[in-house]
Amino acid sequence: MSTFNTSREEIAIVSFVELSPAEASQLDEIETIQTIVSRATDGAGIARDRIGFTVSGSCDMLVGRPFSWIMAMDGAGVSKPIEESHVEMDGAWALYEAWVRLQHGDIDAALIYCFGANAAEDLMQVLALQLDPYYLAPTGINAAEVAALQASAMLASGATERQFAEVAVRAGLAVSVEAALAEPYLHRPLRASDLPRFSDGAAAMVIARGDYARSVCARPAWIQSMAHIADGHSLGARDLSKSPSLEKAARLAGVGAKATQIVEVHAPFGPQEVIALEALKQAGLSADAKVNPSGGTRAAQSVMVAGLAAIGRAASAIHRGEASRTVGHASSGPALQHNLIAVLEERS
Amino acid sequence: MSEATKAVVKDVTTMASPVSLKFRARAGKDLSRFLRGMKERRIVGRVCPSCNYVYVPPRGACPTCGCPMGDERVLPETGTITTFCIVNIPFEGQKLKPPYVCASVLLDGADVALFHLVGGCDVNEVRMGMRVRAEWVDEADAELSLETIRYFVPTGEPDRPLAQIREHI
Amino acid sequence: MQQPIDGVLEAPYVMEYTYRRSLGPVMSAFFTALRDGRLLGARTASGKLVVPPLEWDPETGAAIAGLEPAAEEGVVTAATWVAAPEPRHLLQEPFAYALIQLDGASTAMLHAVACASLEACPVGTRVKLVWSESRTGSLRDIRCFEPVN
Repeated sequence: MSTFNTSREEIAIVSFVELSPAEASQLDEIETIQTIVSRATDGAGIARDRIGFTVSGSCDMLVGRPFSWIMAMDGAGVSKPIEESHVEMDGAWALYEAWVRLQHGDIDAALIYCFGANAAEDLMQVLALQLDPYYLAPTGINAAEVAALQASAMLASGATERQFAEVAVRAGLAVSVEAALAEPYLHRPLRASDLPRFSDGAAAMVIARGDYARSVCARPAWIQSMAHIADGHSLGARDLSKSPSLEKAARLAGVGAKATQIVEVHAPFGPQEVIALEALKQAGLSADAKVNPSGGTRAAQSVMVAGLAAIGRAASAIHRGEASRTVGHASSGPALQHNLIAVLEERS
Repeated sequence: MSEATKAVVKDVTTMASPVSLKFRARAGKDLSRFLRGMKERRIVGRVCPSCNYVYVPPRGACPTCGCPMGDERVLPETGTITTFCIVNIPFEGQKLKPPYVCASVLLDGADVALFHLVGGCDVNEVRMGMRVRAEWVDEADAELSLETIRYFVPTGEPDRPLAQIREHI
Repeated sequence: MQQPIDGVLEAPYVMEYTYRRSLGPVMSAFFTALRDGRLLGARTASGKLVVPPLEWDPETGAAIAGLEPAAEEGVVTAATWVAAPEPRHLLQEPFAYALIQLDGASTAMLHAVACASLEACPVGTRVKLVWSESRTGSLRDIRCFEPVN
């Protein structure tokens, strides 16, 4: 295991909140951020002046307004001014930047927030803007059709539609395997229960160092390690039925070093969860780890939020005393191209 | 293609990659109230309950304090130019014929300036500290838009000293 | 799409960008050849053929050794069905999107396969390239692929 991916300072997730889709849909971006940031800080007894760094994750393309995050930042109270940063990615990558920043050892805590408005008429088409503009985008393919090609490659490598259906049931998108398999194909071999249900959403998290973490949280979720790795982009140069990047990230993060009770996987499309779990298993994930006990993020998928939500839920399980070691996974890009793993532990 | 033709046909060196996406823009609760005010030819701002700053147009949170906004406040249609620029370049979608002036207008009683146009005078007369008032479109033409103010025109009052507006620039 | 909120104004709008990108030496050669009715691949230092060509070896990141003609027949490695094509799609009648590994290539290219149903184009189907009649130097110079009888 690489020491680079292990926390050098004691750093823990001490607070995590997410907005329900119903609540998020009633607020604009600034109101959304004001609400989640105040809940994750004031609401958790964390003084704003102890936060030395703020980093957000979002994507302008979701609302079609360049630099939309600049205006949305008002909700975090930024014009004191504060030290802040932004990633045009899922909030999980904002967490990674905050984690690296805290390892400098000079500040007590960092705030991470992310938001994803479901304002586009066709989000699958917006997500297709991630594709290589020369060989892939000109074919007109959208994100669901890319995921369908991936599922096709999986079936050709021995996976079954029954496996996809089992994932759909776990996500609450089908009442039974038989019911899922009885659905018509939307993007064959994908059915409606294999696709994400997009929603508005937002999440905020505070991570803190050592004694400060212990002072604001009864059971901090200590970040043992984090790693993120990307596969190549070219769909035709990858074996789409596997995720070497996720397996490598999980190895670097030491997923298999100890027994894990809970894993929260962020797979936007159902079949990708099969790939992700296989990669985690190859990297030594405990066979009896509970998968997505939170229900997962696919039934209410807020793009740019779902990955941080998966890690936040893995942390919350430790906060609530339900587990002593959990793994959170976030993904990004077409066909599960980019994967991030966080290993979280309780410490006495 | 014959060899003779090939000699004059150039290589393909670029590719058009047009993007066209449809969205629904959502104004937010505070901005919606402001835009409804525009339709009634009223300027509606809001006050931060923590730092007492008056924001116009209002927004969902105070960017300094990070708290939700407090009371609504109807602002007068008069104000002071804090900064401005003279637009000389024509571009697509332009409403006025260059040269014209874009300015930040600090409405009386507001703490942040509103970005708008200045008309009714020669562009070379516009200056920092100049007093202006909103020139509204006719009631029948009023829209849910900042364009219900056609532009700001000079009032002829004496300029406000820069020292008084410095912190709002 | 998000749901309307009471008291909150909404308006539709369209965002358009009119980007034009430079192709660079490798893709410029590829698209120029497409316009001229020829398909090119990139030969890597390790001897593999990458179609469509990349500027680098996808396995090692090393620069490619050169460009050379690629086969116009290959095998489907993944496929999905488009039952109701939209204007964005390559074909306007139902078709299959497929990853197609051309003979001799180590990678696959994404394109359309014209066929009656996905049953006619399962993984492993042999397909061949169909050129467009008018070609301008774009991926649409390949009209589609079709199954080989």
